[in-house]
Amino acid sequence: MQKQLFVFLKALLGSFKDLLPIILVIAFFQLVILNQPLPNVMDIIFGLALVVLGLTFFIYGLEMGLFPLGESMAQAFAKKGNVAWLMVFAFCLGFGTTVAEPSLIAVAAEASRVAAAGNVIEQTPTAIKDYANGLRFMVALAVGIAIVVGVLRILKGWPIHYLIIGGYVIVVIMTGFAPDWIIGIAYDSGGVTTSTITVPLVTALGVGLASSIKGRNPMLDGFGLIAFASLTPMMFVMLYGLILN
Amino acid sequence: MQAAIEFFNVFKTTIIDVLPIISIILFFQIAVIRKPIPNIKRVGFGFFYVLLGLALFLMGLEKALFPLGKMMAEQLTAPEFILGTDTLPDVIKWQDYYWVYIFAAAIGFSTTIAEPSLIAVAIKANEVSGGAINATSLRIAVALGVAIGIALGSYRIVVGDPIHYYIIGGYIVVVIQTMCCPKMIIPLAYDSGGVTTSTVTVPLVAALGLGLAATIPGRSALIDGFGLIAFASLFPIIAVMGYAQLSAFKTHLAEKENKDEI
Repeated sequence: MQKQLFVFLKALLGSFKDLLPIILVIAFFQLVILNQPLPNVMDIIFGLALVVLGLTFFIYGLEMGLFPLGESMAQAFAKKGNVAWLMVFAFCLGFGTTVAEPSLIAVAAEASRVAAAGNVIEQTPTAIKDYANGLRFMVALAVGIAIVVGVLRILKGWPIHYLIIGGYVIVVIMTGFAPDWIIGIAYDSGGVTTSTITVPLVTALGVGLASSIKGRNPMLDGFGLIAFASLTPMMFVMLYGLILN
Repeated sequence: MQAAIEFFNVFKTTIIDVLPIISIILFFQIAVIRKPIPNIKRVGFGFFYVLLGLALFLMGLEKALFPLGKMMAEQLTAPEFILGTDTLPDVIKWQDYYWVYIFAAAIGFSTTIAEPSLIAVAIKANEVSGGAINATSLRIAVALGVAIGIALGSYRIVVGDPIHYYIIGGYIVVVIQTMCCPKMIIPLAYDSGGVTTSTVTVPLVAALGLGLAATIPGRSALIDGFGLIAFASLFPIIAVMGYAQLSAFKTHLAEKENKDEI
């Protein structure tokens, strides 16, 4: 019991260290550069304690739950040898987790407000909502396809850089044709798609698949799923801009 | 008491957010794999801890860091702070915004260090590489990449260059590095671009970008306000590959020295 407590305290200290840079940056800019006192100090200390506690639980649960779950599913699929179901699973995982992703919903809402203000779309609530939903759907579709391609790559052992560089070339070409106002949002949408729960799960899935297939190296083949998930949304959002135009 | 109610609400939202993932996993586990999950009790508890941790984390950020960070981003980009007057001159000197770049780099670095999904990938990379990749060094390399990316991205908003020149330039660097860096690191480097920007970084960085675009004349929030996240997902790729090249170069030098001694 005492040992467990010690481990927990050590983990808390680790999380606090992870957070220390943010605290220092905010304190320095607030006190020295902006020359203002910290508002609601008690609230901030309470909030920071929650963040430290939350990060500790998250990491603890990661090793206990998310990683083993992703790996055991990957092994089960590899043993079953049913590629079609694995692909369906990969697509569902990508699409399902992205369409409900809070940071994507936030960015899509912001983008549609800005688009309405810039007279790109009509300034009616329905038009704004349709635009935001369309954006979300396109990004989710893109992530679903990305995970499918990424899993296929692990199965076949294709080298990742040809696919990613090929993707870059397509993005560059599409940038030439896409309307100006979609480009910033399109580039950003690549970054916001992968949520905090999806990343550990997808990483464990990739590494698990690569370890259970003969001839695959988990380091070389297991990583890379997230890379696809941050590339394809750019293409799909630019395509969305082209269609709307 | 109020905090407890607040926490309960955040916890509920977190659970609703992960419901799609849970239902997909359950469906495939029951309908396709048709085998019980090994150590189901432990995995279940682990999942619960992840949700609990995420809810606490989000509530704490919402309470302590986001309001302050967003307010600071607005104040630092306001003309009164930068020029000392309310009125903006016709021509903006990008040098005047130096505190914005420093803040951008500092906030990019520090939020990336605390980013939970990056921690997850770093733990996994350390495990898979048999300890060859140090989790902390990887996180610092990624955070440096984000810092440079966001600082450069803020500079771009101030001067108003089109975003695609920078991104395409970055792509070219990535392609060249891919050809000459150790093979093992490439997939991990590509991945590190996508994991940097989630829970902590996005809200703060988006506030900085929109604040800048709103206060500088001639910039539109539509075209210039977005794009910082794109910088934050491109530069870590370069930084991680650079880190690998540097370590490979160091080992090479050490080997050479050893040979010389013999």
